[in-house]
Amino acid sequence: MPARGYDDVVLAAPVTVPYVRYSIRSAHWFLGRAMAGLIAAAKVPKARIDGLAVASFTLSPDTAVGLTQHLGLTLRWLDDVRMGGASGIVSIRRAARAVQSGDAEIVACIAGDTNRTDSFRRNTASFSQFAQDAVYPYGSGGPNASFALLTEHYMRKHGANCEDFGKLCVAQRSNALKNPMALFKKPLTLEEYLNARLVADPLRLFDCVMPCAGAEGFLVMSRATAETLGLSFVRLLGAIERHNGFADDPIQDRGGWALDRDALYEQAGIGPRDMDFIETYDDYPVINVLQFEGLGFCGHGEGAAFIRANTFEGAGTFPLNTSGGQLSVGQAGAAGGHLGIVEAIRQLTGQTLGARVPKARYGLVSGFGMINYDRGICSGAAILATA
Amino acid sequence: MGEPAKRPKQKNPVLRTRLPTLPPAPRSRVALGLTAAAARGRLELQVCLDCGAVQYPPREVCRACLSHRLIWRPQDGRGELIAETTLRNAQELFFRERLPWRVGNVRLDAGVNVIAYVHENVGAAPCRVRVEAALDRASQAVLVAVPDQGRTLMSDDPKLREMTCDPRSRKILVTDGKSALGQAIVRALSAAGADLIWIGEAEPWKKVPGFEALRALPQAAIVPLDVTDGRSVRELAGEIGGKVDIVVNTGDYHRTFTIASRRGVETAQLEMDVNYFGLLRLAQEFAPVLQARAADGAANAIAWVNLLSIFALANYPSHGTYSASKAAALSLSQALRAELRPAGVRVINLFPGPIDDDWDQLEQPPKLSPTAVAHVVIEALKGSVEDVYPGDVAQDWLARHLENPKALERELSGNAP
Amino acid sequence: MKASKKTKTPASGRRGGFGGLVAAGNVRLVDLTQTLSPDFPAIVLPPEMGQCRPFRSEEISRYDDRGPGWYWNNVSFGEHTGTHFDAPIHWISGRDRPNNSVDTLPIEHFIVPANVIDCSAEAAADADFLLTVGHVKAFEKRHGRIAVGSWVLMRTDWSKRADAVAFQNLDETGQHTPGPDPDCVRFLVKERDVLGFGTETIGTDAGQAAHFKPPYPCHYYMHGAGKYGLQCLCNLDRLPATGALIVAAPLKILEGSGSPLRVFAIVPGNAPRQSSR
Repeated sequence: MPARGYDDVVLAAPVTVPYVRYSIRSAHWFLGRAMAGLIAAAKVPKARIDGLAVASFTLSPDTAVGLTQHLGLTLRWLDDVRMGGASGIVSIRRAARAVQSGDAEIVACIAGDTNRTDSFRRNTASFSQFAQDAVYPYGSGGPNASFALLTEHYMRKHGANCEDFGKLCVAQRSNALKNPMALFKKPLTLEEYLNARLVADPLRLFDCVMPCAGAEGFLVMSRATAETLGLSFVRLLGAIERHNGFADDPIQDRGGWALDRDALYEQAGIGPRDMDFIETYDDYPVINVLQFEGLGFCGHGEGAAFIRANTFEGAGTFPLNTSGGQLSVGQAGAAGGHLGIVEAIRQLTGQTLGARVPKARYGLVSGFGMINYDRGICSGAAILATA
Repeated sequence: MGEPAKRPKQKNPVLRTRLPTLPPAPRSRVALGLTAAAARGRLELQVCLDCGAVQYPPREVCRACLSHRLIWRPQDGRGELIAETTLRNAQELFFRERLPWRVGNVRLDAGVNVIAYVHENVGAAPCRVRVEAALDRASQAVLVAVPDQGRTLMSDDPKLREMTCDPRSRKILVTDGKSALGQAIVRALSAAGADLIWIGEAEPWKKVPGFEALRALPQAAIVPLDVTDGRSVRELAGEIGGKVDIVVNTGDYHRTFTIASRRGVETAQLEMDVNYFGLLRLAQEFAPVLQARAADGAANAIAWVNLLSIFALANYPSHGTYSASKAAALSLSQALRAELRPAGVRVINLFPGPIDDDWDQLEQPPKLSPTAVAHVVIEALKGSVEDVYPGDVAQDWLARHLENPKALERELSGNAP
Repeated sequence: MKASKKTKTPASGRRGGFGGLVAAGNVRLVDLTQTLSPDFPAIVLPPEMGQCRPFRSEEISRYDDRGPGWYWNNVSFGEHTGTHFDAPIHWISGRDRPNNSVDTLPIEHFIVPANVIDCSAEAAADADFLLTVGHVKAFEKRHGRIAVGSWVLMRTDWSKRADAVAFQNLDETGQHTPGPDPDCVRFLVKERDVLGFGTETIGTDAGQAAHFKPPYPCHYYMHGAGKYGLQCLCNLDRLPATGALIVAAPLKILEGSGSPLRVFAIVPGNAPRQSSR
């Protein structure tokens, strides 16, 4: 039975709390400021927000419940979404059904984290039971080590090389140059990318995101509510999620999207060729490639050829991560998976902070995350359209 | 490829001694099944009794059929290295101090993926490998991929050498070098390339065959040490403690009395004073200085070996008070391990069955010769283990104890008709 | 010998009596006791037997967290450790004698004159040297008959062997230390009715006495007759052949077979400084 469509569910009010490398504030500050930005953008009193989906790695010992009281909210619907970079897409799916069923009227989807000098190490050391037992003790390399293994395998098996990945990073940096929120301000050349210091072979410095503090947020509501409030919005045409797909693959070289992309395009009523831009979850370049393949833009293992045949700037043949992506903007913890959604909303409502895509009508946003052991478990994608 | 450890350079005495760091130690309880097997030098993984699926990482229910009937079974570890990387950055101080690290993803023939260290003798991925279990410096189990042909020494890879306690080029104290077993261990350490062996001698007026000949060994230094005398232990520790890399506690006062067959506690007190309190005195005087030197460059303090007995596991009533003293020593050695583990110094316990010496004269074979036990000590130091049960009798008792300790208790007190 | 003018007189008045003699320098005191230390060897018995414990000391506190203002130890030792006294109950031959344990001995026996027989040259030449009746009679010819109820101490200078290995002097055939032969012991017991026999070695019997007839004759005959032993004495070379008074008071241990003790000699001021032939 195909999933029900999303009717008149819309997304509005794209908000970013500016990123900083380190902060003495807690996650509550960044999430609270995201919430403040949302009610200001929507011009509604706080009490009008009756649903909340939160994603954060550094809220502990609080969960979404603690944050609810911290921010003085009263809610009919509350979700603590702990799926890393897939949290944004999953929040959309949850919030959309809540709005459609009348369980909530306006759902705030926020994600954010603080960052201290030792945050990354501590979060990595206690990331999951499997990581604690079977990965972290082997050199404590964190996600860099895990993705290095995936990258090394992909390159060897499918014939991709460093220049292919570098092309994506260079293009994303170009897209970031106009974005005042991006932590990286200088252009990146392919030569710099190729000669940067090794982090975990074959990954080099510019293959890795910069962890930072910050937050992203948006609102989910019905079209009618958005029009009554006078907000610009984007339509939700389709959304999928898949967790622990292809579990029997010896090593991850395809993500869960491949299992549900046909349903996604069916639900949206359009196909890959109709997309004007794509905001992928770009914690490492190789994952971008898994998303190109998984979401149907090229076949399995054909990513290198696809990269060589396209350009990825805002005015290119395949605009990718038009505000710079995490690799050029920064990764504010769990907000990394909301960054692309917020940029997609801006792009489709003519307010991008990054590189403009001319005449953009349809955008694909993708999420991925949670290397629980040796592969990313969570994945998801959504198609957004202009009003 | 790979070379045996070179003799370490002399340390510059004006430089500060580095403090020990450790790899990440936390493990879930179920994952400690890997450590229990690695402590005995074995690779074991969980196998589902209902559907046969092998599990990794360790877990509570079968990943295939959700059965809870998972048991740990020995594995041959054969598989293929399907991806590898070299870490040039690490989150934890221990690894940062020792970069880079070679890590890989191995697909075992048994049907699971393991992240493992890759021995430098292994070629580039993809290639066939064999995965072994070892104990890292936190004495937790880790997996190591080695070439699938031949026998690979962990210590041939400088990165992995720290998982062993190889006696080559080391300075070692043998607390009782006078007993037959002590003498055999001194000889074996000498043959294994120790740099210096302090040979502890109590009661120098008692002449024992073979002891004087030890003076001819180039590494030998006979030192007075009576573990029943706190002052003797303290003075020796003051003199040599700052140089000892490995302590081998061979103290063993062994008599063969049941409770009833020896009136009075005098003999049992001596068994306790050597076997238990002797360990306590040694631990109080030597453990702190070993901890302080656990990261002292290439000539660091690395291990403490205790010669216990399989009788420590289950009392052997005809050597009843002796068994109790060895059981006390076993318990205390666990406390010692808890104190030394945070510094990365490994405590290795040996549990031999009867040894072919005076006090086991009436035990039926198989008995271990002192030379055989000494050989096991060397292998344990070269390997990556902490619980060693050498010989057929020890293996038999261990199996019976693990399967049903009450049955073993009955069997040892004459259950057989 | 002039009384020392520098000696302080206690405020209670002129010191008289025995103390006055000591204060005036008319007697000198000689310590005959080895220090009780963990290094001092204990007697070696075959491993199947129960063993006499060497001296051991375990600190209770030393001005530290275990006791901030004080220092003390728990000590342990056998009744026959270090310089020690043997009571008749120690040997099977003396088990039924009256008043035979250290707590029941007459206190009068704790201050008794001694005869010191110099065997230092003979012992230096032969570790298994045995004192005979002939040696005793030669001693008596020079220094007078051994009085009833007096100590006979065998000076061998063995206590000068500071190295424990040399002191024990063990080899594959056993211990080799000097002592009295059976006839000599019988003579001292029956013909002279001495109080007891003392040595500088680890036992009153010679090292090879297990092979004598009877084995361990000094223990056997002396204790069988209700007499005593003293072992591991030192400084016998600072005593006159006769005239020294031995103070030897063992600990009052309930049913004790012996005890380490402080044993010293009171020597008259005019006695020769060293015993000699």
